[in-house]
Amino acid sequence: MLTVYQALAQPHGWPVAVDAPAAFWAALAADRAGPRFLPPTRGTVYGTLLNHADALAAIGDQVNAAPYKAPPRAPVLYIKPRNTLAGHREPVVVPEGVAEVEIGATLGVVIGTTACRVAEAEALSFVAGYTVVNDISVPHASYYRPSLRFKCRDGFCPIGPAVVARKMVSDPISLTVAVDGKTVHRSRIDRLVRPVAQLLADVTEFMTLRPGDVLMVGVAAGAPRARAGQRVTITINGVGVLETPLVAEA
Amino acid sequence: MKRARVAYGGAIHDAVEQARGLQLEDGRVLAEDAVVWLPPLEPGTIIALGLNYADHRKELAQEVTVGAKDEPLVFLKSPGALIGHRGQTRRPADATFMHYECELAVVIGRSAKKVRRAQALQYVAGYTVANDYAIRDYLENYYRPNLRVKNRDTCTVLGPWLVDAADVADPHQLVLRTSVNGKVTQQGNTRDLISGIPDLIEYLSDFMTLAAGDVILTGTPEGVVNVNVGDEVVTEIEGVGRLVNTIVGDEPFGRA
Repeated sequence: MLTVYQALAQPHGWPVAVDAPAAFWAALAADRAGPRFLPPTRGTVYGTLLNHADALAAIGDQVNAAPYKAPPRAPVLYIKPRNTLAGHREPVVVPEGVAEVEIGATLGVVIGTTACRVAEAEALSFVAGYTVVNDISVPHASYYRPSLRFKCRDGFCPIGPAVVARKMVSDPISLTVAVDGKTVHRSRIDRLVRPVAQLLADVTEFMTLRPGDVLMVGVAAGAPRARAGQRVTITINGVGVLETPLVAEA
Repeated sequence: MKRARVAYGGAIHDAVEQARGLQLEDGRVLAEDAVVWLPPLEPGTIIALGLNYADHRKELAQEVTVGAKDEPLVFLKSPGALIGHRGQTRRPADATFMHYECELAVVIGRSAKKVRRAQALQYVAGYTVANDYAIRDYLENYYRPNLRVKNRDTCTVLGPWLVDAADVADPHQLVLRTSVNGKVTQQGNTRDLISGIPDLIEYLSDFMTLAAGDVILTGTPEGVVNVNVGDEVVTEIEGVGRLVNTIVGDEPFGRA
């Protein structure tokens, strides 16, 4: 576990204390003369669709209509590929012709130990720690078969600033998104259809998660939008403050 | 050159094809069945195409909601789903329709961003064979095909060889063939790809930078049938490789 923490929690060229509390990271991440933050993992980053109770409530009866025809049964996952990963304060390009991007703010659960068919009661012991994820999308209406063009553009998954070790985090509960310093979205992370332990149990029933893999717990309803030239800040109390400047395509 | 990654004698080795089987980098020559075959590379992003052969589209017509002129149907997979040649794939006891998909896999050789189709093949390192299983019982209409259908442990078989691009004269003239227990069940030709390899590289690299080691599974032709525990499934692409896989049940995994 020591190795995992070190590998995950190391900004570029900056050896740091293992199991540092979130406050340590917060101070480091807020220091504009501080180190450059890379994405804190090289694992696979998975998103979980409609796992926030508010998001499921917002889609409402549409789940029973075409094209969905039924509510989700098992966890519905998607992948943010490696080209999408961006570190804290790394500028992200808003593509030409896209007025605004959607900010999918969520908690990332970082795996510490290979997790295959884990029991719900044991699941949290497979978690190395938590981080903040900004699952950026080009706004689109359908969950049926969204094009990768909407979700997998370069830089569309800012993550970090760091992975805060699980034992240093009490249950992360509140999340806010600010655009240019003004709060535009608040949600609660404890309102999940499948809470973290159950999600890990249900996902690892068919798919092994490996150290460094990240499972986003699910974006709430009413994801805010932002445009090029704006600065997006996602705060999860006790986990981190992830800042992303949006820039126009050169 | 045809390259492989294998486990033998307590270590993982690079190997190349040899008349009697394969040769490790340390000189040892071994028979095909003497080693454990791993996927021929540790891939980065794994990109897969749905419905990229016209005949397969027809086969799944009731599920298709787009026309052939729409953009390619692309989804992602993760490296954890991969196994190598001669491996075992689990068929869960509750599955009623689990099928193979024989696909030409394209391995990217260098960083590709906004590449035009005329130059696209210069970014290809080589080719291998993929057998990308799906278990249709678990299909849901969200983020199709959902990972529970297409990204299960043991359900993406890759190999045996990574064949250098220079050794494949025309990747759009390759016969694909699947046989189950020796009987041919699927046949096709990469000339029938709706989006060819240069189209796919141009399309993808327009919005996502491809990197060395990324893999594109180009889709499967018609002829997908259910497979059962004990079946030997051979997916073969002319000049690229013959990939063998066996279906097993829940018992070896302690799930029975």
